Amino acid sequence: MNSIALYWQYIMVSLKSQMQYRTSFLLSFVGQLGVTVIEIVAIWALFDRFGELDNWNLAEVCLLYGLVNSAFAISSALLSGFDSFGPLFVKTGNFDRLLLRPRSVVLQLMGHELALRRLGRLVQGLLVFLWAAVQLEIVWDIQNVLLLMFTLFGGIALFAGLLVVQATMSFWTVESLEVMNTLTYGGVQTVQYPLDIYSEWFRKFFTFIVPLACISYFPVLAILDKTDPLGSHFAFQVLSPALGFVFLMVTFCFFSFGTKKYTSTGS
Amino acid sequence: MKTSLLSRSHLNAYGAVIAARYRTLLQYRAAALAGLVTQIFWGAIRIMVIVAFYELNPEGQPITLPQLVAYVWLGQALLGMFPTNVDSEIAEMIKNGGVAYELVRPLDLYNFWYCRTIALRTATTTLRSIPMLVFAVVLLPLLGMAEWGLSLPPDGAALAGFCISLVLALALSCAITMLMHVVLIWSLDGEGINRILPAFALVLSGNVLPLPLFPGWLQPFLELQPFQGLVDVPFRIYSGNIEGQGMLVELCQQLFWVTVLTYWGRRSMQRITRHLVIQGG
Repeated sequence: MNSIALYWQYIMVSLKSQMQYRTSFLLSFVGQLGVTVIEIVAIWALFDRFGELDNWNLAEVCLLYGLVNSAFAISSALLSGFDSFGPLFVKTGNFDRLLLRPRSVVLQLMGHELALRRLGRLVQGLLVFLWAAVQLEIVWDIQNVLLLMFTLFGGIALFAGLLVVQATMSFWTVESLEVMNTLTYGGVQTVQYPLDIYSEWFRKFFTFIVPLACISYFPVLAILDKTDPLGSHFAFQVLSPALGFVFLMVTFCFFSFGTKKYTSTGS
Repeated sequence: MKTSLLSRSHLNAYGAVIAARYRTLLQYRAAALAGLVTQIFWGAIRIMVIVAFYELNPEGQPITLPQLVAYVWLGQALLGMFPTNVDSEIAEMIKNGGVAYELVRPLDLYNFWYCRTIALRTATTTLRSIPMLVFAVVLLPLLGMAEWGLSLPPDGAALAGFCISLVLALALSCAITMLMHVVLIWSLDGEGINRILPAFALVLSGNVLPLPLFPGWLQPFLELQPFQGLVDVPFRIYSGNIEGQGMLVELCQQLFWVTVLTYWGRRSMQRITRHLVIQGG
């Protein structure tokens, strides 16, 4: 069986098992929707009180917000196996089993679960994005659509990379690390506002080390046809989502390095 | 004579529950340290965002920037006090039937679990808040970022008011957590309500965004709801944003909600344990 067919089968099994607990699924889905709705309330309240933010209005910031949250929701649904890697695979020693099977570890972890409950964030992100796009009357010509897709996929790759880093760290720490939340949830929180409001070291960190601004701020400037007060070039804005894929590849190298260093907990 | 002895031994038992649970929870030091980094990071983002907005339109705002900064840092330092989760051991007992042993103890179940809840809400908070406060009060000004630092209360009245208000906030938080435990007994998993309730509480208490920054027309409503007493009241008293007679009114309001929610939790627990079906075998 080729990998894609196997992955498909994994996902079907995962969906079937989640549908066995339909009420529980619905409740956690609604729960996640509720948790993410509160963030948009805060953004709305800030705009209502203070007016525009450095030439960004509410709808433009909502476009950023929708894009980032959708990308994060999709990655965390797809890579739920990496997200809970520490407690589920390293601590229990179950990772040994994955290593023994004649298939790649990444494929097995990807197929571990398609976490439908994580899609609560996606529904909310898409709704906010659609509202913003209608408000801003963006012309969806072929260029903008392609750039949007490129940005979304770059974002999914980047957040996936962060989850892979989180998983790799647990080879050494066993437990999953709360510190990584600053980069996933904290990252989402950070780049849903325009990058130019932050201090320079903070901007540099989110552009060059964990390039979250490259899948939000920079391409959105190009889509909205805004000039960047930070002076980034149009070509950079359009190409920057590629850094998301680069980041994912680097983190996979880190993961395979971790796999080589792995010693079983023996339990 | 006999009754007073009995109640004293009861008090000792409750005190022992709090102390034992507190010491157990203090063991998770590495987790608390990791949480510290996370909370400093969140505090920094919140402050940068608020400062960026505030500087656009600083005139005529109901709260000053240093007061907002204090609000954010205190919120991060005392996050553990917030009713975000239930006691995981209680949840486990309800699922596996261990709650039967809790019921045969010669202690009132509500009081017993309330004591466990006090320990839950204070142990991690002590571990996290002290280094956080040192960071925000001492370290930030030393690093030359005094405008981002946490300044001390303006006067003794603010400090005293803050201390009273903080105790009431703890009592309120425990009362809300106890209501979540009641939901847990009632529904066995509580995934839905016990997830959504903290989310709403986070917004309505001022934890996500300080309440004075919400639109003016919402203020009367925000004033009236119980969650304000968890975060907004103590932190605004600390920075002197609420003072004098206003402070007394807010403290009374906190006390009112503590009484109502504790009474409600106690009554529902009595009613529910009367018809309790024990899980497990």
